[in-house]
Amino acid sequence: MRARAGFLWVIGLLLFSVPASDVCADDAYAGDAYADARAAMVREIEGDVRATARWIGKGELDPRVMEAMGTVPRHEFVPESELRWAYANRPLPIGYGQTISQPYIVALMTDLLSPGSDDAVLEIGTGSGYQAAVLSRLVGEVYTIEIIPELAASARKRLARLGYQNVAARTGDGYYGWEEHAPFDGIVVTAAAGQIPPPLIEQLKPGGRMVIPVGSPFLTQELVLVEKDAAGAVTTRALLPVAFVPFTRAPE
Amino acid sequence: MPLLFAVAALSGAALAFEILVMRLFAIIQWHHVAYMVISLALLGYGVAGTFLAFTKEWLKRRFDLAFAASAALFALSALASVTVVERIPFNPLEFGWDFDQQLNLAALYLLLALPFFFVASAIGLSYSHLTREIGGIYRADLLGAGLGSLAIIGLLFVLDPEDGLRAIGALGLIASALALLGAKGKGRLAGFACLAPLLALVLLWPGALIAPTPSEYKALSLALRVPGAEIIAQRTSPLGRLDLVESPTIPFRHAPGLSLASRLEPPEQLGLFTDGDSMQAITRFEGDLERLAYLDMQTGALPYHLLERPKTLLLGSGTGGGIWLARLHGAASIDAVELNPQTVELVKDRFAAFAGHVYEGPELSVHIAEARSFVQTTQASYDLIQLSLLDSFSAAAAGVHALNESATYTKEAFEAYLARLEEGGLLAITRWLRVPPRDALKLFATALQALEARGASEPENQLALIRGWKTTTLLVKNGAFEADEIAALRRFCTERWFDLAYYPGIEAGEVNRYNLLERPYLYLGTKALIGPQAQSFMGNYKYALEPATDDKPYFGHFLKWRALVELIGLRAKGGLALVEWGYVILLATLALALAASAVFILLPIPFLKRAARSRSQGPSSEGPGFARIAGYFFALGLAFLFIEIAFIQRFTLFLGHPLYAVAVVLAAFLVFAGIGSGFSQWLTKEAGGPSSAGYRGRAIAIAISGIILVALAHLVALPPLIESAVALPRAAKIALALLLIAPLAFFMGMPFPLGLSRIAHDRPALVPWAFGINGFASVISAVLATLLAIHLGFTVVVGLALALYLSAALVFGRAR
Repeated sequence: MRARAGFLWVIGLLLFSVPASDVCADDAYAGDAYADARAAMVREIEGDVRATARWIGKGELDPRVMEAMGTVPRHEFVPESELRWAYANRPLPIGYGQTISQPYIVALMTDLLSPGSDDAVLEIGTGSGYQAAVLSRLVGEVYTIEIIPELAASARKRLARLGYQNVAARTGDGYYGWEEHAPFDGIVVTAAAGQIPPPLIEQLKPGGRMVIPVGSPFLTQELVLVEKDAAGAVTTRALLPVAFVPFTRAPE
Repeated sequence: MPLLFAVAALSGAALAFEILVMRLFAIIQWHHVAYMVISLALLGYGVAGTFLAFTKEWLKRRFDLAFAASAALFALSALASVTVVERIPFNPLEFGWDFDQQLNLAALYLLLALPFFFVASAIGLSYSHLTREIGGIYRADLLGAGLGSLAIIGLLFVLDPEDGLRAIGALGLIASALALLGAKGKGRLAGFACLAPLLALVLLWPGALIAPTPSEYKALSLALRVPGAEIIAQRTSPLGRLDLVESPTIPFRHAPGLSLASRLEPPEQLGLFTDGDSMQAITRFEGDLERLAYLDMQTGALPYHLLERPKTLLLGSGTGGGIWLARLHGAASIDAVELNPQTVELVKDRFAAFAGHVYEGPELSVHIAEARSFVQTTQASYDLIQLSLLDSFSAAAAGVHALNESATYTKEAFEAYLARLEEGGLLAITRWLRVPPRDALKLFATALQALEARGASEPENQLALIRGWKTTTLLVKNGAFEADEIAALRRFCTERWFDLAYYPGIEAGEVNRYNLLERPYLYLGTKALIGPQAQSFMGNYKYALEPATDDKPYFGHFLKWRALVELIGLRAKGGLALVEWGYVILLATLALALAASAVFILLPIPFLKRAARSRSQGPSSEGPGFARIAGYFFALGLAFLFIEIAFIQRFTLFLGHPLYAVAVVLAAFLVFAGIGSGFSQWLTKEAGGPSSAGYRGRAIAIAISGIILVALAHLVALPPLIESAVALPRAAKIALALLLIAPLAFFMGMPFPLGLSRIAHDRPALVPWAFGINGFASVISAVLATLLAIHLGFTVVVGLALALYLSAALVFGRAR
């Protein structure tokens, strides 16, 4: 208890020492109390990626993605009660029945979007804002929509406080996407649903990619990657984030 | 005698509490968690036996007061434990990630075990105190339990769980008052003086403290987070709590697995949640069928593109989406079968206008029944039998259905469906697509075996399987697929960007086009299943694909041990998501129950030995030894529930509705066993005197011979008997079930009181210990029966029960 209170105090101190304006927030954290934990988390993600290389089709993720994972202060996005787990490779509750995904899954989803530095990306389901923060380091514009007003408000405040200026957040219905800023190079739909809203597919650029995590809360079972080709034809791809093949031997 | 009524009331209250807590937990969490929590809480029964072994001399001297106090403590702890338990932040979803959750779970067990501990203390003490009345007490115990289970199932139709809980508390206090009637002097007065305020406390216990709130991760809680969303109707019954939610600002737009080629948005909908999860939607209909065209963009619409105006049977019609789909395609007639009458009532009456009177129409008949039983009973035949997709994806994804017995997806069920199809008719089954694939391949294997059992020479020509990005639909045709049907099937898929997985003559080049799997698993799997290597393919596949049968009715069980080991090894790398939690929880429950039983059974032995030595006068050192007593009561505890559970399963199909089966079978077993126990009391009282040990031994031998003979007769004669009586009216079926259960239960009621009264005679200090062992064995039995049935089948479970009875007779039935 005492150690935790000490932690909180250090964090509080760090918060107040963040320069208010033009310095990107992440630089302020370069030497923060969590730097080691974050570096360890990145190494763990790299290990998981190597272990699942066959299933996700690559032995390592885009170095830019890994750099973003190593910079964004995840502990800012988890509730106080979960701080001790902030950099553990596991999902965490953030209240309102929502979770912040396992770092490995966030890295994988971000990589699947193949983010380019001028891209516009739409996220449905802001949650704590962590995914949006990771994306903001990689792409030009991030647009994020959250259905639960309380979460939307706290995420908006948090993203502003930490200086993620290329993220636009709003509260509301994600079904129709964000018409004014469409089309998008990438879309992340973190809301669980048995269907993919047709307007989102329409707002995906030809050549764009959409990623949908599927499963129950705390357990991402598969990632569905939706790709739209230059001609507008849509395919989906089910990716298992775990090294598990059902066939012991290939059937003839 | 008031005490016997007190025992009956208390026993009834305890059984009702057990059923009620299961209900509460199914609403708050998920039913597999409910199952685990209640199984382990029942260990309170066994612990009471150990407790009494140490304290009974002191308690016996103030028996009536002790009984009354235990009963009152039951009443209080029943309400208090539920109040506290609902405030423990237990989240089973984090179980694999967070050690704190395991502490929370331990707290849940301990709290919920308390009420059972108090009940068992009172009843166990009665056995030790009134040793000449053991048969009568056991009769009261069983009769009370039987009536309690019937009463709570009935009451849950009319009462909220909160009111049910208050009624249970009151019943506990009534038991306490009845016991006080036997007490004397000041104690009695003081007792009654305490009971009055306690009764007021129980009856006025604030509902807000005990009303179940679904976990924040359940679909209902998430839906209610949306601004403006609110519950507009609620129904509760033993089948589940139904919440109907209106969400005006952000509509539900429920259309699972909707084709990505679709641009259609569903009309306004109301969300109907069962136990806070598994959403179905009531869709607004104002006369324009075109607005419902999105229904045709789901894989389940496939059969309508192969049939002309089919006579249709919908199994699981729920909120009526399937009915609209059938109407969209001009179905000539529709028989809609739904299990839950309250679902139909909501859609048909209360929200009929919103739902566009979906449950009315000259071509439609509605039947409240379990799907399989309906098919088994009906004489009609159909062009299309459609099994709907009603369970939620997240529940299916987490494997919480692994323990669900279901007679809907067994090989015999498929045979029954096929028998009701017209020539050329189709059976269509839609399931969620899980990656790696499981359900679809198991369904395919089941259909193949059912077709073979019905004498199909080329079953592979009667099957087709397609998949979207989220669902699969299997078609089984009564006859071989024709070229024009295959053309229609391919057109249906191409237009909707669905993938072909199997049809007779499918080519490798046309699979895995729109929704890419790492490999074309379904194509490869179905191809292997129709080939000569089917058995070795199933053996090598990492999920269990062997079809479910009526003897092993666990369609939802897919986990193989070696896959479990592999996945747990991969836990941090995403493996947790693929673990089947229902099964893991079953294993954990069994392990914990075994460990707790061992500790509590062994713990009092040195103490009991010392007590026996210090009072070695009389016959106490001569009776059966510890091992024989433990063996006898453990075997009885296991065997009784093995048989009861197997019979509930057998009769579910016969009685047509799981609720009728549970109520009728449970009550019949308890009541007739109670009568058997009363008979054993009469036998031993008649015998009396010094020869009674030998006499009881013979009576035990006769009772167990009776059990074995009747049960063997059942194993042979029951299936054909049930088959021939399936079309009788329900009342006649219930009467027949009672008649069939009565003789078996009668004999099963005898060995426990006979054995216990023998111990009471020979070694009275061991009575509570023996009672506790029986309690532990009952807990283990319920869990073990499920595990055995999953792997070996119910016939083996009954066989094992008989072997246990036989060994009980061997260790105890002899005179000495």
